[in-house]
Amino acid sequence: MSYRNDPYDPKEATLLDPASLDEAVTAAEKAFAAASSPDELAAARAAHLGDRGPVMLARREIGALPPHAKSDAGKRVNAARAAMQSAYDARHAALEAAERQRVLDEETVDVTLPTDRRPLGARHPLPALIERICDLFVGMGYEVVDGPEAESSWFNFDALNIGPDNPVRGEMDTFHTEVPDLVLRTHTSPGQVRTMLNRQPPIAIICPGRVYRTDELDATHSPVFHQVEGLVVAEGITMAHLRGTLDHFARAIFGPDARTRFRPHYFPFTEPSAEFDIWFPEHRDGARWVEWGGCGMVNPRVLTACGIDPQRYSGFAFGMGIDRSLMFQQGISDFHDIVEGDVRFSRAYGMEV
Amino acid sequence: MLVPLSWLREAVDLPAGIAPAEVADAFTGLGVEVDAVTDLAGSVRGPLVVGRVLTIEELTGFKKPIRYCTVDVGAANGTGEPQSIVCGARNFAVGDLVVVILPGGVLPGAFTIGARKTYGRMSAGMICSARELGLGDDHTGIIVLPADVAAVPGDDARPVVGLDDVVFDLSVTPDRGYQLSVRGLGRELARALGAAYHDPADRPSTSGSPDASVGRRILVEDTAGCDRFSARLVTGVDPAAPSPQWMVRRLAHAGIRSISLPVDVANYVMVELGQPMHTFDAARLTGDLVVRRARAGERLTAIDHVTRALSTEDLVICDDTGVVSLAAVMGGETTEVGEATTDVLLEAAHWDPASISRTARRHRMLSEASKRYERGVDPAITLVAVQRAVDLLVEYGGGTAGDGVVDVDHVVPPETVLLPADLPARTAGVDYPAARVVELIEAVGATVAVDGDRLAVTPPTWRPDMVDPADVVEEVVRLDGYDNVPSVLPPIVAGNGLTSEQRRRRSVARALAEAGYVEVLSYPFVDPESFEALGLPADDPRRTAVRLVNPLSEREPLLRTTLLPPLLTTLRRNLARGHRDVALFEVGLVFRPSGEPVATPPALPVDRRPTDAELAAALAVVPRQPYRVAAVLTGEVERAGWWGPGRAADWTDAVAAAELVARTAGVTLTVRADRHAPWHPGRCARLSVDGVLVGHAGELHPEVCQALDLPRGTAAMELELSALPARPPVSAPVISTYPPALIDVALLVDDATPAADVEAALAAGAGELLESIRLFDVFRGEQLGAGQKSLAYKLSFRAAGRTLTAEEAVGARDAAVAEATRRVGAALRGA
Repeated sequence: MSYRNDPYDPKEATLLDPASLDEAVTAAEKAFAAASSPDELAAARAAHLGDRGPVMLARREIGALPPHAKSDAGKRVNAARAAMQSAYDARHAALEAAERQRVLDEETVDVTLPTDRRPLGARHPLPALIERICDLFVGMGYEVVDGPEAESSWFNFDALNIGPDNPVRGEMDTFHTEVPDLVLRTHTSPGQVRTMLNRQPPIAIICPGRVYRTDELDATHSPVFHQVEGLVVAEGITMAHLRGTLDHFARAIFGPDARTRFRPHYFPFTEPSAEFDIWFPEHRDGARWVEWGGCGMVNPRVLTACGIDPQRYSGFAFGMGIDRSLMFQQGISDFHDIVEGDVRFSRAYGMEV
Repeated sequence: MLVPLSWLREAVDLPAGIAPAEVADAFTGLGVEVDAVTDLAGSVRGPLVVGRVLTIEELTGFKKPIRYCTVDVGAANGTGEPQSIVCGARNFAVGDLVVVILPGGVLPGAFTIGARKTYGRMSAGMICSARELGLGDDHTGIIVLPADVAAVPGDDARPVVGLDDVVFDLSVTPDRGYQLSVRGLGRELARALGAAYHDPADRPSTSGSPDASVGRRILVEDTAGCDRFSARLVTGVDPAAPSPQWMVRRLAHAGIRSISLPVDVANYVMVELGQPMHTFDAARLTGDLVVRRARAGERLTAIDHVTRALSTEDLVICDDTGVVSLAAVMGGETTEVGEATTDVLLEAAHWDPASISRTARRHRMLSEASKRYERGVDPAITLVAVQRAVDLLVEYGGGTAGDGVVDVDHVVPPETVLLPADLPARTAGVDYPAARVVELIEAVGATVAVDGDRLAVTPPTWRPDMVDPADVVEEVVRLDGYDNVPSVLPPIVAGNGLTSEQRRRRSVARALAEAGYVEVLSYPFVDPESFEALGLPADDPRRTAVRLVNPLSEREPLLRTTLLPPLLTTLRRNLARGHRDVALFEVGLVFRPSGEPVATPPALPVDRRPTDAELAAALAVVPRQPYRVAAVLTGEVERAGWWGPGRAADWTDAVAAAELVARTAGVTLTVRADRHAPWHPGRCARLSVDGVLVGHAGELHPEVCQALDLPRGTAAMELELSALPARPPVSAPVISTYPPALIDVALLVDDATPAADVEAALAAGAGELLESIRLFDVFRGEQLGAGQKSLAYKLSFRAAGRTLTAEEAVGARDAAVAEATRRVGAALRGA
């Protein structure tokens, strides 16, 4: 080996001294730790890890070392630099985390403050209940039929075997108009008539809607109220099918323990006819049967008037007041609440019942 | 109908200890509604005993005569000493048996009896009148028991005065008149409870003839209106003879006031047999009696002292002086049985139910008799009823029955009903054996002839409701018990789900509710004055409304032609209740007659399907009834709060609500300025779809707000849902993943130019690269010059298959501005 060209200059090699390097690392670590902001840390970084920092200056001196010393010196410098960088990185991460935390702390709000800039709207529980009932029957294959509320008296009465002499047609019970033969429908049955006139069985429909009778508004009556009526006409339909349908209906609306009872009754449009009651354990006056609606086997006279052969087809029909159902389902004691439109009433129910 | 159990026992051998609830359940199962069951034994609590009056001391010096009595009540008072009682009645004497309630007892009405000092004497208990015991209206004196009563002082008085009875308050259906009698109820109750039945009408009676005389002749001219008329005279009745206590008591329990022996007898027979009867004071009749329809101009003063003009449809009974009775409904004053009546003419007739029903309603006289006739009365027992009444009158009034019995009989026997023997089983879904079907039909009193697999059923005379095979079926199912019908779901039918209109109505309601509106349901009855309040012009079609003949309120006889008047009333009600920020909506029908005169349609048949032409004629009277949606709002639509100030509702909210409805319905609204009541002429939007007017929105006219007592600025919108076209098919959008080019433009236009026109021009000019356009600023200022405004838009361009170049985007922007310049004279600001 020849050392002839070795540019070693012992005067300038002091920075490469291990003690000097250790000192520089210690100083850098101190400076980084002392930095309390990203700016201070950046300044300390320039001072200790920058071009004029002790490590970079020491690295420059390596060239002046004799070849055999260069390797060791290079390793020492790199180790010192790595130590400083590591100290810097750690401090940098800590300061960034602190900064993120500060921002989050500053952004913290009181989440219990009110957020209701826009007042809530609501559905009226009555149409909401009607829709629920319709959904139930649509699920059973029924279709929903709407109809006019001012109706021809033939559709509201005659076709339903309510003859000209039936007192319910009079002004004591039915709203009459100045238009001849035009009345406010007293039930949604005209929808059934309209359907039967235009379709042959099998028919399975439900007719929801507003109906009118000349009762003054009080706690339990209203001249305007709502009904849902059902009609099934096909071959082989029996009263047992009627009962099965209403039992299912009752359980769906009032819970799996709901029970129904049929009592013989009279309606011109059904024969046999029944009123049906529902067992109401939560009634405010104690558990009891509550009248829910009327039903029966479609009177063959009605089928005949609507162009359906009663020898071939039979059918059942049922109907109930929805206002009344809502009142005892929800414990509403006064009809005024349903008709007055006070926003507190609808809002209590929100979107569904 | 009220009926005591003791009376039912006359027709049915009920077990002695039967529970009232068991009887009530049997009635319910038969279709007789039980409104109430009153156990009279519980109506008076505590010691109610028989007493014998020992002494009476008349007290004077008070406003009315008062008696101080001592009464033997046996050991009932615990001492056996006479009970001292002060009494205001005077209809008793020493030795009489009376009814005494002792201290601690409680009379109906929670009236507790004590021992107290009154009129200067100690009174320990009370001697009772019938009314005080709830046994009728008689308050003329206390109850004096018959001398031969089987009771001694100290006995419980309840059985003696009928307070051991149970009264059923029953409602029968309109087709079952036979149930309005002990006879009819008893027959069914006996079968339901398996007890023996004794028909109260099964008793001998004297036969009659049409030509017999009852002191006069009776001529039935209208045998269609009156197919049976039976009558007999009883003379020499003691006018002072009281009705027997048992009869008074039974009538009281049945809710019928005791009036006089002849009247009580008639009422008793009516409740017992179901045959209404009429009593004439024969001495006050002149000449023969004629049964006919009233003649024009005839009048009758009835026993309620009201004089009524009669209709030529009314069935009447006349003598030589004119009408003396409105048949089956109410008797006339001039021939009424009174305090001096000794000769009583008893009438039992059968009248046409429909005619009686019309007469009773025409004159608003729903009597016990008319109630029965219109539901159906047995025409076969008039003579039995006459006989029963005669017997009672003779027994208790001491009269003499006349020899003549009039019986004019044109009754048509019931028609036989033919039906397949398995029809009940097929209808009910219950496997009734053939013998069971026959047994059940016979149980209602019908006769059945079996002819192979067919039955020939002859209904009993008291069942005019049994006409069709279905009526017979109902009797089988009813008597077998509705509880025996099983519960089976019908075979599945294939439905098509909700219609698109139905789904749309639901979506619209839901969307408005979620946007902050509260759904309400208003009555559709409208005051004609509301049209003035809304400021509708005289020729406005909304003034053409259907008018009710019998409105509940004379002020509101019209049916709504727009949803707004009732909805605004509801808004005002909410404001009156202290709500300040209110947003309401309603979905419902409006009634829109054409205004053309409507002819009375021909009567349609019911024994076949009417022809399409006949149906069309009937439906011609039905006005158009489209669905509408309306929303109204006032106050803050966004509330003030810790976040800052709120925002008051204004015209934009009304238009936005309409836009929301349209978007929910899947159609695009065109909005244009309009002048249309009841809106503010400068803040009213005309809403149309495809050129068809569908509604209006905006702020209400200040004068309308004032007239309706609503805050100024109240906003409203109304849309005709039925006028919205079906949702057009949606072509699937092309979702470009390339970046958009965003360019803002500000255009200077004349202040009167609608923003919608500018936007439409920009959109048309920009071409297919335009993805969206949004107006983000409207500015007016001096630097723009008077009558000018600046509209600033954000345009977003995007191509489907590539990134747009700047040149393409600017080119499209320029084309858009050029079209706006061409159409509305817009100038690009800063250009």
